[in-house]
Amino acid sequence: MASVSLSSRLNKAVRQHYMSLPQGERVQVTYIWIDGSGEGLRNKTRTLDVEPQTIDDIPEWNFDGSSTYQAEGSNSDMYLVPVRMFRDPFTQDPNKLVLCEVLKYNRLPAETNHRMNCNKVMEEIKEHIIWFGMEQEYTLLGIDGHPYSWPTNGFPRPQGPYYCGVGADKAFGRDIVECHYKACLYAGVNIYGSNAEVMPSQWEYQVGPCEGIEMGDQLWVSRFLLHRVCEDFGVVATLDPKPMTGNWNGAGCHTNVSTKQMREEGGLEFIEQAIEKLGKRHKEHIRMYDPRGGKDNVRRLTGLNETASIHDFSAGVANRGASIRIPRQVGQEKKGYFEDRRPSANCDPYAVTKAIAYTCLLHSEDREKSEEENIPAM
Amino acid sequence: MATSSSATLSKTVKQQYMELPQGDKVQAMYIWVDGTGEGLRCKTRTLDFEPKSIEDLPEWNFDGSSTSQSEGSNSDMYLMPAAMFRDPFRKDPNKLVLCDVLKYNRKPAETNLRITCKKIMEMVEDQIPWFGMEQEYTILGTDGHPFGWPSNGFPGPQGPYYCGVGADKAYGRDVVEAHYRACLYAGVDIYGTNAEVMPAQWEFQVGPCEGINMGDHLWVARFILHRVCEDFGVVASFDPKPIPGNWNGAGCHTNFSTKEMREEGGLKAIEESIEKLGKRHNYHIRAYDPKGGLDNARRLTGHHETSNIHEFSAGVANRGASIRIPRMVGQEKKGYFEDRRPSANCDPYGVTEALIRTCLLSEEGDEPAEY
Repeated sequence: MASVSLSSRLNKAVRQHYMSLPQGERVQVTYIWIDGSGEGLRNKTRTLDVEPQTIDDIPEWNFDGSSTYQAEGSNSDMYLVPVRMFRDPFTQDPNKLVLCEVLKYNRLPAETNHRMNCNKVMEEIKEHIIWFGMEQEYTLLGIDGHPYSWPTNGFPRPQGPYYCGVGADKAFGRDIVECHYKACLYAGVNIYGSNAEVMPSQWEYQVGPCEGIEMGDQLWVSRFLLHRVCEDFGVVATLDPKPMTGNWNGAGCHTNVSTKQMREEGGLEFIEQAIEKLGKRHKEHIRMYDPRGGKDNVRRLTGLNETASIHDFSAGVANRGASIRIPRQVGQEKKGYFEDRRPSANCDPYAVTKAIAYTCLLHSEDREKSEEENIPAM
Repeated sequence: MATSSSATLSKTVKQQYMELPQGDKVQAMYIWVDGTGEGLRCKTRTLDFEPKSIEDLPEWNFDGSSTSQSEGSNSDMYLMPAAMFRDPFRKDPNKLVLCDVLKYNRKPAETNLRITCKKIMEMVEDQIPWFGMEQEYTILGTDGHPFGWPSNGFPGPQGPYYCGVGADKAYGRDVVEAHYRACLYAGVDIYGTNAEVMPAQWEFQVGPCEGINMGDHLWVARFILHRVCEDFGVVASFDPKPIPGNWNGAGCHTNFSTKEMREEGGLKAIEESIEKLGKRHNYHIRAYDPKGGLDNARRLTGHHETSNIHEFSAGVANRGASIRIPRMVGQEKKGYFEDRRPSANCDPYGVTEALIRTCLLSEEGDEPAEY
């Protein structure tokens, strides 16, 4: 079968035999980090003598940054600093997955380590109890690069019947979605839900609500789980924002946001204030909403296929063609949250959540002037 | 190859993930009827607890512009949980939740026939109306050709297939067996199954169900069928005439009775109902498929055990009539009758509501009455 990897056809019953061997006291810990591309994930595993109970039990480690687009060969050691621990759904208890921050040789954050500055912002606005929910869209591809289950060298019928669809002619690759969901539940990722998306072979899952820095942590780990599940099945998950050109939907990462004030009675006022501030910093946000400063999103935010145009900022109740959508229920109850529909599927959630938190709660003209050289990439 | 790629993904791998414990979390899959009036959609959410009854399930919403139900500029639509079942795909404690769809202004969506059906059923509650619906369907490959038929060709003529056994007679029995078991697990009132007259065509029956439950159970049985077929990599079609020519169509014969009809001398009430139905044939034809009769026009030809769409007829043990009174009912002078007109892709809420309006509320004319 042309579209799945050879690895996936290795005998899984054989694998099962080995995976069920007891491991005594020792525990496998898989360290996960973001590489130099800002969207790729890397991982390696080590044995610990005892099961870690908290993140503090997990030692720092290091890796060869010249092999991940992150350093020169002559000075390639980079540090892995554990930041959040999860159960491992692949090798199961007591083994762990550990998300890490990457530091350069001089202990400064690596270029694609947006977590450090995101954390600083989230600490500063802690009293606002900011919650996020991110809707991760993705497309399944065969190992040949064509969307999984599409006719070889061809196209399925036009969009219409696939969104939330059921049936072998509507839903392509549901096994992956089901297994990813279970893996997230097991691991401790706060998975909110899932659904089939508008383009066939495209799916979505949502993570949240998460407070502050947790959003980025949970979303990155959920992506790692997705890539591993797909690897097991022999297909590929792409977070490219426009995998198929033409009248085929792109893939975004709509980001839902609320603060304590927005969730309370009369919160709509704070939502509208936030939207107004966002409207004044559209270009700055677009630069933060994909790993290529907006170049990826340009292919997706066309104003068609339920997107807003990348050049304009707009907001509206229940309007899926706007940059910001206020859910109808929120418009009615006059409190709740809003949805920023601009982030690309391959965005860095640390960069996105930091940008939103900063613009809505911290930014002012004066602050911008005084911190100009310190504001990272904003 | 007639089956989908997805069906060839490793099920051993899938099994390993599906067995992972999920702690306190429960997955609830919300199901609804889309803008076509015959398509089903679904999406899932995580709950922190196991819902014990339908009241425990929160309202939700979805993007109606992607299901032919609203415009992109005003697309939010509401999902109101209406009936809960166990999930035979993800198993306990996970749930399937059938939902009512409301528009942005909280009025029922155009293809939400459940709301009115429920009102009508409540009006005649004391008559204890029971329904049994015989859902026929055809299994197709992903190439659109009936499953098991030769590529680009036809099997031997009808005759040996009805209730048949053997690889040359029964095409796709695995689907039927799996669907039956899944319905039993889920709590759907599945009454029975059999192979149908056209090869690759099957039937299952749901009932007896009282009132609104008929529609709920049938829609969920259909969802389960689509999901089972998806798992096997084939497609279930409810098209009423999938192959033109000398091949049977697919209907959804609807059996109906009230307390009075089931008691001694009930045949009188049955005959009265049939007389009322005879005067309202056009209204019922419009209610019996999602295109106001256009779909059924291809099926109700007067041949292949159907009545002609233009005429109303009734008779004991007569499968060429619009209404058939089973022979046993004719003899015992009580029981139920069978309306053979509904199409396989009918909306069971629409069908059952029409029967109540005409037979029990004695409505007349082409339009339903307002109450």
